[in-house]
Amino acid sequence: MSSDRRLLLADEAIAQGALDAGLSGAYAYPGTPSTEILEYVQRQAPAGVHCEWSANEKTAYEEALGMAYAGKRALVAMKHVGLNVAADPFVNSAVTGVNGGLVVVAADDPSMHSSQNEQDSRFYADFALLPAVEPSSQQEAYAMTRHAFDLSEKMRVPVLLRLTTRLAHSRADVTPAAPRAQNALALPDDPRQFVLLPANARRNYAALLAKQPALRQAAENSDFNALTEGPDQSVGIVACGLAINYVREACDGAPCPHPILKIGQYPLPEELLRRLAEKCRTLLVIEDGMPFVEARLRGVLPHGWTIRGRLDGTLPYAGELTPENVARALGKPAAVVRAASALVVPRPPGLCAACPHTDSFLFVKEAMAEHPGGRVFSDIGCYALGALPPLEAIASCVDMGASITMAKGAADAGLRPAVAVIGDSTFTHSGMTGLLDAVYEKSPITLLILDNGTTGMTGGQISLGAGRLEAIVRGLGVEPQHLRVLEPLKKNHAANLKALREELAYQGVSVILSQRECIQTAKRR
Amino acid sequence: MRYDMIIAGVGGQGILSIATVIGQAVLERGWRLKQSEVHGMAQRGGAVETHLRIADGEIASDLVPKGRASLILALEPLEALRYLPWLAADGRVVANLATVENMAHYPDSAEVYAELRRLSGCLLFDAAELARQNGGAGAVNMAVLGAAASCLPLSVPALEAAITARFQRKGAAVVKGNLAVFRAAAKLAEAHAYN
Ligand SMILES: Cc1ncc(C[n+]2csc(CCOP(=O)(O)OP(=O)(O)O)c2C)c(N)n1
Repeated sequence: MSSDRRLLLADEAIAQGALDAGLSGAYAYPGTPSTEILEYVQRQAPAGVHCEWSANEKTAYEEALGMAYAGKRALVAMKHVGLNVAADPFVNSAVTGVNGGLVVVAADDPSMHSSQNEQDSRFYADFALLPAVEPSSQQEAYAMTRHAFDLSEKMRVPVLLRLTTRLAHSRADVTPAAPRAQNALALPDDPRQFVLLPANARRNYAALLAKQPALRQAAENSDFNALTEGPDQSVGIVACGLAINYVREACDGAPCPHPILKIGQYPLPEELLRRLAEKCRTLLVIEDGMPFVEARLRGVLPHGWTIRGRLDGTLPYAGELTPENVARALGKPAAVVRAASALVVPRPPGLCAACPHTDSFLFVKEAMAEHPGGRVFSDIGCYALGALPPLEAIASCVDMGASITMAKGAADAGLRPAVAVIGDSTFTHSGMTGLLDAVYEKSPITLLILDNGTTGMTGGQISLGAGRLEAIVRGLGVEPQHLRVLEPLKKNHAANLKALREELAYQGVSVILSQRECIQTAKRR
Repeated sequence: MRYDMIIAGVGGQGILSIATVIGQAVLERGWRLKQSEVHGMAQRGGAVETHLRIADGEIASDLVPKGRASLILALEPLEALRYLPWLAADGRVVANLATVENMAHYPDSAEVYAELRRLSGCLLFDAAELARQNGGAGAVNMAVLGAAASCLPLSVPALEAAITARFQRKGAAVVKGNLAVFRAAAKLAEAHAYN
């Protein structure tokens, strides 16, 4: 075998594929299971390839779009909910189109291993009228990334690469192909292309609609979509992305008896689906995520065909595919396995020993015990683990930035005291604008920024506001006498508690910057 | 050749470096591998596992199907029990004895040990003590790997070469410590008759 084989996560294979495709810049905000893409580019990129973290997914996306405007190849990566944050540039960049290639990677998290929901990014591509690719293996993740750049430049649209946790975080041997050089700087021919005034936007949108048949044709002809014959036509299988692996696993090395359509490129290859349906009156759709293809299939096939999948309960609606649930859907007898041990109890994650967040929560909890009608609205990050025993200190964890704005809304409703708790990285991701709302209205909220100097939850990436948070908060208009900086340590507990009590009494915006380095990053130094 | 295993532990214990060593040896051997890892939230002290599949040909699923693991290799005894439904009928378990009781309602450790010892083909030992005695206190994971070495489809020299490659960056002393622990554990396992 080739000596160039490497063991790569699918995330890393995507990054290597992008580098070999002549990438000039990668952009991202961390988020499981996508984080390793930019981290790999940071380790492996030649000098001059952009690979710094961005403040959030929207800024990352627009920076990547700017690079594509300038004719170079850009990749932007995020977790699925990051695409909600970047949805505005995503949908609008379908209308502008691109100049240099733009590949958007969205890593979905069915089963919510590290997420708040299990949304399926293929809906976004469909909604924005953009093509998408979905790998089944690490090698395919590599090849598809390169293909996605070519497709993006050929069709002059962004291309979504969608994958799910199991593949993103699974490692296998990948053999790279010969690299391609970067594009030269080249500006768009048409100066109106990126100016989405209504008149231009209508013209561009018509052009995007006109591209749809070619995009569909590209999917029909794609090497990543393949119809395989099978003698048993009682069921035809539609396997999207990594689903094909579980189908093969269930057949245990033998060829699958049923015809299979493997789908790796969208829009939906309707012709291929019809060809499968000509053979089989019953189709079983297997996809890791929501029933995206399954629902659309109903519009493709005439009445009378039976479509099975997540919608009819052949597979569970929620949760990721597993070798077991796919085997069951294929009608394989369940393997006899050992019973689970009765001793086993869950082991949820928790805050590390000596984590600064624990010390912050201890004085927050004590102060709030004096205000049974008050609430602590939290945000997303390690400190969300403050919801679990023994702390049980927070009332919410919804989306990046929602602590401040929900506290403000609750304060608007009359809740007192309304407290918000947010991490430093989450604050610069999506908290600053909400704080401005509160400052403008002099809302009675108390905001604690738990500044551990890093993006802890995702492994300790850089935090863009490090060393600047005080200035940012002051710049947003928080009164200097209601901006407190303190250090969450046991020995400071009484003083910290006193400071918080005083600010809880203030009927305006207070900010408490609770600053102490993350124990994990401190250990690494 | 096909060999499926699960490496289990608690976030932060370093199960991924065991997988890295095995992966390196598999790559050198010219075989294929799929290794499904847990990243993200669970790494903060939660239960973590790696599904590792080795074959001389194509591997389909990234996850080991239930009932198919030839080996559970665990850095913590309760984490060994957690994956019993994955263990094949003739599968083996190699587990560290030291418990990590970082949650409410950790079961009685004596019961955990008893259930593990009832399994045929289980080796439960104090990996931390063995590591300490052999000059690599930080090498608990290499102790567990060493104790499982005879179960794996890879040769001891191949695993040793992979350990050397893995720790080279950290200097000769670290390589030596890890190798010493690995070898001592392999020897201990030799003396152990699987019940
Ligand atoms: C839109 C979106 N992007 C990314 C994430 C993943 N994510 C969750 S919390 C977090 C950052 C946490 O950093 P910080 O606020 O500094 O808190 P820490 O974990 O360090 O305590 C990230 C990147 C997410 N859940 N949603």
